Amino acid sequence: MVLVLALGDLHIPHRAADLPPKFKSMLVPGKIQHIICTGNLCIKEVQEYLKTLCPDLHITRGEYDDETRYPETKTLTIGQFKLGLCHGHQVIPWGDLDSLAMLQRQLDVDILVTGHTHQFTAYKHEGGVVINPGSATGAFSSITYDVNPSFVLMDIDGLRVVVYVYELIDGEVKVDKIDFKKTAASTHSAH
Amino acid sequence: MIADGVEDEEKWLAAGIAGLQQNAFYMHRALDSNNLRDALKYSAQMLSELRTSRLSPHKYYELYMRAFDELRKLEVFFKEETRRGCSIVDLYELVQHAGNILPRLYLLCTVGSVYIKSKEAPAKDVLKDLVEMCRGIQHPVRGLFLRSYLAQVSRDKLPDIGSEYEGDADTVVDAVEFVLQNFTEMNKLWVRMQHQGAAREKEKREKERSELRDLVGKNLHVLSQIEGIDLDMYKDTVLPRVLEQVVNCKDEIAQYYLMDCIIQVFPDEYHLQTLDVLLGAFPQLQPTVDIKTVLSRLMERLSNYAASSADVLPEFLQVEAFAKLNNAIGKVIEAQPDMPILGVIILYSSLLTFTLHVHPDRLDYADQVLGACVKKLSGKGKLEGNKTTKQIVALLSAPLDKYDIVTALKLSNYPRVLEYLDTETNKVMATVIIQSIMKNKTRISTADRVEALFELIKGLIKDLDGAVLDEVDEDDFKEEQNSVARLIQLLHNDDPEEMFKIICTVRKHILGGGPKRLPFTVPSLVFSSLKLVRQLQGQEENPFGEEESTTPKKIFQLLNQTVETLSNIPAPELALQLYLQCAEAANDCDLEPVAYEFFTQAYILYEEEISDSRAQVTAIHLIIGTLQRMHVFGVENRDTLTHKATGYSAKLLKKPDQCRAVYACSHLFWVDDQDNVKDGERVLLCLKRALRIANAAQQTSNAARGNTGSVTLFVEILNKYLYFFEKGNPHINVAAIQSLVELVTTEMHSETSALDPAANAFFASTLRYIEFQKQKGGAVGEKYEPIKA
Repeated sequence: MVLVLALGDLHIPHRAADLPPKFKSMLVPGKIQHIICTGNLCIKEVQEYLKTLCPDLHITRGEYDDETRYPETKTLTIGQFKLGLCHGHQVIPWGDLDSLAMLQRQLDVDILVTGHTHQFTAYKHEGGVVINPGSATGAFSSITYDVNPSFVLMDIDGLRVVVYVYELIDGEVKVDKIDFKKTAASTHSAH
Repeated sequence: MIADGVEDEEKWLAAGIAGLQQNAFYMHRALDSNNLRDALKYSAQMLSELRTSRLSPHKYYELYMRAFDELRKLEVFFKEETRRGCSIVDLYELVQHAGNILPRLYLLCTVGSVYIKSKEAPAKDVLKDLVEMCRGIQHPVRGLFLRSYLAQVSRDKLPDIGSEYEGDADTVVDAVEFVLQNFTEMNKLWVRMQHQGAAREKEKREKERSELRDLVGKNLHVLSQIEGIDLDMYKDTVLPRVLEQVVNCKDEIAQYYLMDCIIQVFPDEYHLQTLDVLLGAFPQLQPTVDIKTVLSRLMERLSNYAASSADVLPEFLQVEAFAKLNNAIGKVIEAQPDMPILGVIILYSSLLTFTLHVHPDRLDYADQVLGACVKKLSGKGKLEGNKTTKQIVALLSAPLDKYDIVTALKLSNYPRVLEYLDTETNKVMATVIIQSIMKNKTRISTADRVEALFELIKGLIKDLDGAVLDEVDEDDFKEEQNSVARLIQLLHNDDPEEMFKIICTVRKHILGGGPKRLPFTVPSLVFSSLKLVRQLQGQEENPFGEEESTTPKKIFQLLNQTVETLSNIPAPELALQLYLQCAEAANDCDLEPVAYEFFTQAYILYEEEISDSRAQVTAIHLIIGTLQRMHVFGVENRDTLTHKATGYSAKLLKKPDQCRAVYACSHLFWVDDQDNVKDGERVLLCLKRALRIANAAQQTSNAARGNTGSVTLFVEILNKYLYFFEKGNPHINVAAIQSLVELVTTEMHSETSALDPAANAFFASTLRYIEFQKQKGGAVGEKYEPIKA
């Protein structure tokens, strides 16, 4: 059981002062093995905070991030899964699943995690899964109205990943989960 | 010289100990053979060592302790003697035959102890006799230790309530009388030390006095533990007598120590009930006594007492503690016009803490204290000095711990105190205030309060007089400004009119911040404003509404002017991003000219200010992405903006970037939810243009013989063909797709591209996708069927 926290679009300090206290009390150091962050933190303090939760931290660049050296995309392998990470403002039309699927094919990953729309989505297609963890602070978005704070926790176990989404709705944390299984060796590398 | 003195002292102490031990040895022998006469003889000789004047208190103490231990054994012997038939009265008389007075008195006290225990005479009589006899020793050090011995042996024999020594003739009154007398005499001896010896040895003497002070203070401890002393006796007898001695001795060291002792040793409720008397003593003390420290400690104790339980609070009100303390402090400050400002602040800090604990609902009291501070500070200019500024920060932080900022803002004198802080300390306080707000999640919801708040934290908002911005550490500066940005998120009111006022107030303040601060604070304000726009969007525009009411248009006007300030800094990328955000918001409000204006501004910035190639790529993505979502533009405007965007895309520095931006532009001509934006031909033109660029890129890199990476571009374009093919773009047919597939396949087999596994994998997954679509069957499957991989 490998726990991967996926979150992003916090937009601290421009659109939000801090993570919701109910989220903060849930995110405890030492319980999570990896953190993948879609970007738009935006300041160093947020990166340092995330680092205290888990030292294996991966971040891609959002357009408002202070740190200009985060990469545009990132891929990593966790267990049997290849994950891809990208903020998503580079994929036009924004939030369009077919265009995101193209990025997924390009990065050759089972799970693609992107942000930018501040709207949680989890979409399965023949090539794999596209996940958007939404905005962890519920930050204002020109694309999505009424953003609820949300983040995603993935439990990777062998060929199966359970995606838990945590959403703060009217002051209460609601959890939902989605199961994905991959068939063995469904991604091929060319010879 | 001093070294010699110490060495000599060591020698004398050693000699004293030797003498003591030798006589003790013989005394023990006498005790073992029940030889009273000899026991008395040798014990007297042993005690003679204590007659020395050569030892400092510290060393004398060592000698004394050994004598003390030996006297305990002697006391046991005396007790046994009386059991063996010796009369205690006779013994009491016998020991007075000792040659020298000091040994005589030690022996007398020792016998006295047994005498009291025997109950043959009332305790009070023996005690009275002893305490008066000890007057025979007027040498300070010797006298203090002797009386200390008396105090020690009498400790458990005082006729306290419930003690076995209480009787008709013996009461707690007598116990108190005894202790008070011993205390008084000890203090006199202690004070006398100050005036002995040469003036140049004053420092040494004061140090020695300090070593002895606990001997004197112990008496007060004893008093505090006498059970029979109730509040009335304390008020009527104990306190007045002690204070009388404290005041009359006119000694700075004794007064400071003893006042503090009284405060620490006796219960807080007693202090409350005798506050008048206690405070009344202060002005009578020597002017050099550090009254402010003692007063502060008193207030601290009372504050803690108040905090310990709500039940005690009424008592405070009943004795009017606040008024009395306030007055006392005022008097002290008046009496000492030269008191350094640090002292004044310490006093008022303690009083403020006291007030916050005891009268949390009386903001006027707290304000009064701050007001008194301001009065004292006026005319002194800015405060300096590490300790002083630390103390002021403590003073100003206290109300924030107790109240939220909204309540604290009601203290009219609070900002006035801040006026006296230097720039650095102002910033420190501002940070403390912001942290308090964030910790308590205080909502600041009116423009007036925001105004007051920003006045308080102006140290962070702009350069105050005399500030030198260059000296600030960059990381610290960033942190400060980011905390201001976060603060702005907490300023909110659901009522749009009030919220707009808040936004205007914040804007007014942050625009004075200068070019270094704006990039941090402006974005926060912009998003706050956009949130308000969205809120107003939901409401119908009221045609009968007032002229002055807030509308999205008004807010956009403000936004335009606000973002403009960024372009001059320069912070063009940020300004561009914010313009596009505003454009999207205007789009949602159906305000075409406003949205167009924002786009124009963004484009100007792109053309004139953004030259870094990476920044250009990001800017282009944002422009295309935003424009793609615009539905408010008429054909003409849309065409103009699209045409320019495509132009920019084709002129990016690197060919791969150009290619990608151009095919991204294809989406500008085809928007799913807008039926009038489905221009299949222009889509195809874009894709073909992208293809040409990819080709050109291919050739350049072939010539350079490096890794291409541009095969990927072909695969990307292929994917875009598939995208629009699926959407039903009539201009994209199977043939076009097929030829692309073949083009890529050829490239894959050429030498150079064998080195690009990523491109291969991408192509492979694309082909898999085509297969998958075929297998879907139905309309989609039919569409894809003709494509051969």
